[in-house]
Amino acid sequence: MNDAALPRLQLRGITRRYGSVLANDGIDLTVMPGEIHALLGENGSGKSTLSRIICGLTRPDAGSIEWEGRDVAPLNPSRARALGIGMVFQHFALFESLTVAENIALSLQGSGREAELAARIKEVSTRYGLPLDPARLVASMSAGERQRVEIVRCLLQQPRLLILDEPTSVLSPAAIGVLFGALRQLAAEGLSILFISHKLDEVRALCARATVLRAGRVAGTPGPEAFDNASLLRLMLGAEPAACRLEPQSAGAPMLELEGYVLPSEDPFGIDLTDLSFAVHAGEIAGIAGISGHGQRELVAALAGETQRGQRGRLRIAGHDVTDLPVAARRAVGLALVPEERLGRGAVVSMSLAGNALLTGARHGLVRRGFIHHAATHAVAQRIISAFDVRTPGTRATAAQLSGGNLQKFIVGREIMLAPRVLVVAQPTWGVDVGAALRIRQSLIDLRTQGCGVLVISEDLEELFQICDRIAVIRDGRLSAFQSRAETSLQQIGQMMSAGAAVHA
Amino acid sequence: MSGSYVIALISATVIAATPLVFAAVGELVAERAGVLNLGVEGMMLVGALAAFIVSTHSGSLLLGFAAGAGAGLALALLFALLTLTLQTNQVATGLALTLFGSGLSAVLGRPYAGHPGATMPVLFHFDAAVYLALAMVPFTAWVLNRTRVGLLIRAVGESPQTAHALGKAVQSLRYGAVGFGGLLSGLGGAYLSMAVTPMWVEGLTAGRGWIALALVVFSIWKPWRVLLGAWLFGGMTVLQLHAQALGLPVPGEFMSMLPYLATILVLVLICRNPRLLRLNQPASLGRPFHAEH
Amino acid sequence: MPDWLPALERRPAPSSVMRMAAPLLAALAITLTALLAFAALDLSPWSGLYTFFISPIASAYGVGEWLLKATPLALCALGLSIAFRANVWNIGAEGQSTAGAITGGGVALYLAPQLGGAGVPVMLFAGIAGGMLWAAIPAWLRTRFNTSEILTSLMLVYVAQLLLAWLMHGHWQDPQGFNYPQSRAFDDALILPLLADGQRATSAVWMTALLALATWVLVRWSYAGYRMWVGGEAPAAARYAGFSEARSVWLGMLISGGAAGLAGIAEVAGPIGRLQTSISPGYGFAAIIVAFVGRLHPLGVVLAALLMSLLYLGGEAAQLELGLPAAVTGIFQGLLLFYLLAADVFTHYRLRRPPVARPA
Repeated sequence: MNDAALPRLQLRGITRRYGSVLANDGIDLTVMPGEIHALLGENGSGKSTLSRIICGLTRPDAGSIEWEGRDVAPLNPSRARALGIGMVFQHFALFESLTVAENIALSLQGSGREAELAARIKEVSTRYGLPLDPARLVASMSAGERQRVEIVRCLLQQPRLLILDEPTSVLSPAAIGVLFGALRQLAAEGLSILFISHKLDEVRALCARATVLRAGRVAGTPGPEAFDNASLLRLMLGAEPAACRLEPQSAGAPMLELEGYVLPSEDPFGIDLTDLSFAVHAGEIAGIAGISGHGQRELVAALAGETQRGQRGRLRIAGHDVTDLPVAARRAVGLALVPEERLGRGAVVSMSLAGNALLTGARHGLVRRGFIHHAATHAVAQRIISAFDVRTPGTRATAAQLSGGNLQKFIVGREIMLAPRVLVVAQPTWGVDVGAALRIRQSLIDLRTQGCGVLVISEDLEELFQICDRIAVIRDGRLSAFQSRAETSLQQIGQMMSAGAAVHA
Repeated sequence: MSGSYVIALISATVIAATPLVFAAVGELVAERAGVLNLGVEGMMLVGALAAFIVSTHSGSLLLGFAAGAGAGLALALLFALLTLTLQTNQVATGLALTLFGSGLSAVLGRPYAGHPGATMPVLFHFDAAVYLALAMVPFTAWVLNRTRVGLLIRAVGESPQTAHALGKAVQSLRYGAVGFGGLLSGLGGAYLSMAVTPMWVEGLTAGRGWIALALVVFSIWKPWRVLLGAWLFGGMTVLQLHAQALGLPVPGEFMSMLPYLATILVLVLICRNPRLLRLNQPASLGRPFHAEH
Repeated sequence: MPDWLPALERRPAPSSVMRMAAPLLAALAITLTALLAFAALDLSPWSGLYTFFISPIASAYGVGEWLLKATPLALCALGLSIAFRANVWNIGAEGQSTAGAITGGGVALYLAPQLGGAGVPVMLFAGIAGGMLWAAIPAWLRTRFNTSEILTSLMLVYVAQLLLAWLMHGHWQDPQGFNYPQSRAFDDALILPLLADGQRATSAVWMTALLALATWVLVRWSYAGYRMWVGGEAPAAARYAGFSEARSVWLGMLISGGAAGLAGIAEVAGPIGRLQTSISPGYGFAAIIVAFVGRLHPLGVVLAALLMSLLYLGGEAAQLELGLPAAVTGIFQGLLLFYLLAADVFTHYRLRRPPVARPA
């Protein structure tokens, strides 16, 4: 067998189980030298587990890993690195309190001189169009800039396989173009690239071949001839995806209003919210699009009432001025909230579902004169479980025992069952499997039909266009005007999200 | 007040500060790696006793110091085994370490209670240990900021998960940092029982280990500031002892309260500024880390 | 970690079996340690064990001593268990106990004689209030200045003890006391009534039982307890739900401070009968261990307090009968907590199952 035909990476029969979940079930994967290979799949399909196995963070329960013809299992992170496997994580493996150069130095073996390393960083980063200043503190960098550090860090180690996990979720369209240019250049030089994504357009634009995962198994390995949306979606989802139906309806009174709202950030490297003015009405779903890290977290915390220091302007819920009121008071006038973080914020990990139902659900008569009615908490939890199709052993199961999708259904269900006047939802279907995502989106639409006002903050443009009546863009803590869905398009919103376009209030 | 009296006060301050410098610098390194070891008081006590016993029996001060350092190290490794390998709660384990160290030193030290120890040879008012403590400060600063080991420690202190993902030996680094902390705490205790108050009594440290913990916060985890804080506290101790001579009309018990009240004040001054803490406190401090497989 | 060492992997849910078993395992380990210690000292292990664990409680008087020592431990530990559940680390129970002794004792010495029958309740309330006041300082420093209560509450222990010393050497010293640092004895009317004649345990035992019951109700049934627990377990979730962190901190500190204050005045108005410089052999610190060994649960805490009290008594008996130093109790206390923490590991982790063999 000559070298040209020898796969760089060959996985056979990879299997990994987490408790009762079979994350990877007999997966085969082949990546050739110089190939940009896509690993496609919806959330929960097993992509993350597989990539963790390849870079040595997790060991498979069964299966073999061959690197350039040799069996290399068991792998650990340092062995993988030594072989030439580099990984750019979706959530960056960077130390905020250290500089770019220090972060990169940590990954390199020899303790080279500082000046030498700085020069190399500058040289490599500029060569591929991703320039970096070695002395900058990572904490001061945007998500896109941090990704560059990750990539340059990998490149400096002379990788032979580069794994990129959902790299474009934090990039503007322009930056995506730059990244793709760099990747093509690298592939031409012989580097193999494993491009993990669920975005079909990007896969089409970049990749030579794809391995599609579905529910832990390989659903297919299409080549470019089968790269149309319909076939890929069928492989990823197993069937035609059901669409959400959005009947037009007229909006009612404003349920959430901001007037000239300003909130300076307490974090020295955070985003200040500036001059936010908008309203969400009863019977409509308003969406806020934006690249991660442009103030979404700060906005949610401000709406909830968790951060109020230094705020100015007015905030009204269902007509009541709640600007200076704490979280509990805002919930009392009709605010419900589904936060971005499920574990540890939306739900308490080690607590039963009944206990988690009580977290925001005391209003259902679960607390009388300061005492908890435990039977009632179980009843409420059971109602949520039944109404929102939460797969769980029962109300005594802890939040930790639920999958991401089921826990999210529970949290969304809990908030919806509070019969709020306005529901704020952040990243409603992030990390959630397809079936649960569908269910959640439909629940939001049903809530809208019942006359609640819904605000969805999401990085998923397709989702926003599926369920929202009006959409605005948040950038650098400022909000554009809301446009009705019919009057705009994915491309237009995408352009507004990228740097360089002016954002008009 | 004569010049020589002032010099005597200053040198008394530096001497009183030395155990604090040792213990605080050691704990600083452990905390930079993300481990909160509340057992400093216990480690100082066993270090003090071990040093006292060994130096008394062997006549060698050097052996005494080595024994003190070794005792502190041993206790620190026990702490590391529990919190790093067995994943026990760091706060509870640190408290247990202090209680255990106090009890152990009290029991084993009974035959030696009240006995005076040897004196140390002095160079320009100060003995070798003082110079060693002073040298530890720039040494630690240099290691943390300019060497690879220091870089690794800082990385682990911010995020052991990330460091592990990068293939770093998180546990080994933490073991090392905690051990180093114990070594220095033991030295601090040793200096206490061999130089500052050259004798052994039960509970010799009188809370200095806790003050050292507060000093680490005061220093916002920068070694040079430890020196500043230790001198402040050393000065206070000296003031306390000389209050009568200086004619201060404050009852002895209230003077004795000074270091403890000052510790509270110092903590408040630093902690009230959340930005300061966010920028300087090791992000993973006190949180357990378990490497998944 | 080297591959030959058994690795730990996290359990999907904490094992409730191990949670119950861990304190028992720890108690077993302590007993084994004692056996080993006796063997090492050339004492017959079984007679040593008998002397240490059985003989102290073999008489009615012994049982009284057992309850007597368990009472302040349980009182402090019950309060601490509430605070610890909320992640409020009150390390200064010893100081709050001292403060309670001071305020309660001050009332007993100077105010209560005028109050007649109401003297005892007023004295007790003063003790509780003193403990609460002393605990309010770290609570205020945490909620207002973001300062960790661990070190502040601890520093205040030393301050409280010095305050007591100052009073005992000065203004409150018994003029007829031969210059001992202690106050005059409390009036008989203010001494807490005994449980039964022939032993020294007082009605403080009933107060402890009451507190245990109240703690159970608070923890299991009350919304306030639930909010405190969420605040300790998942602070971000508590903020999201609108639970006030400041409120939890205040409640945790005040309840544990008040309980410690009660423990202090009960000691002083009970077996001691006067104020003096040393009123506790470190009960406030031992109570921390009791709270942990008792799994922060009222019933467990009571049982753990009884165990710890036995260790104290055993230490004294060992000193008298076996010639061991009294401070051996301190070592055992520390070891007990170590063993508990180590056994507790298996509540959250288990030994890793070996990976499935790969196909050839």
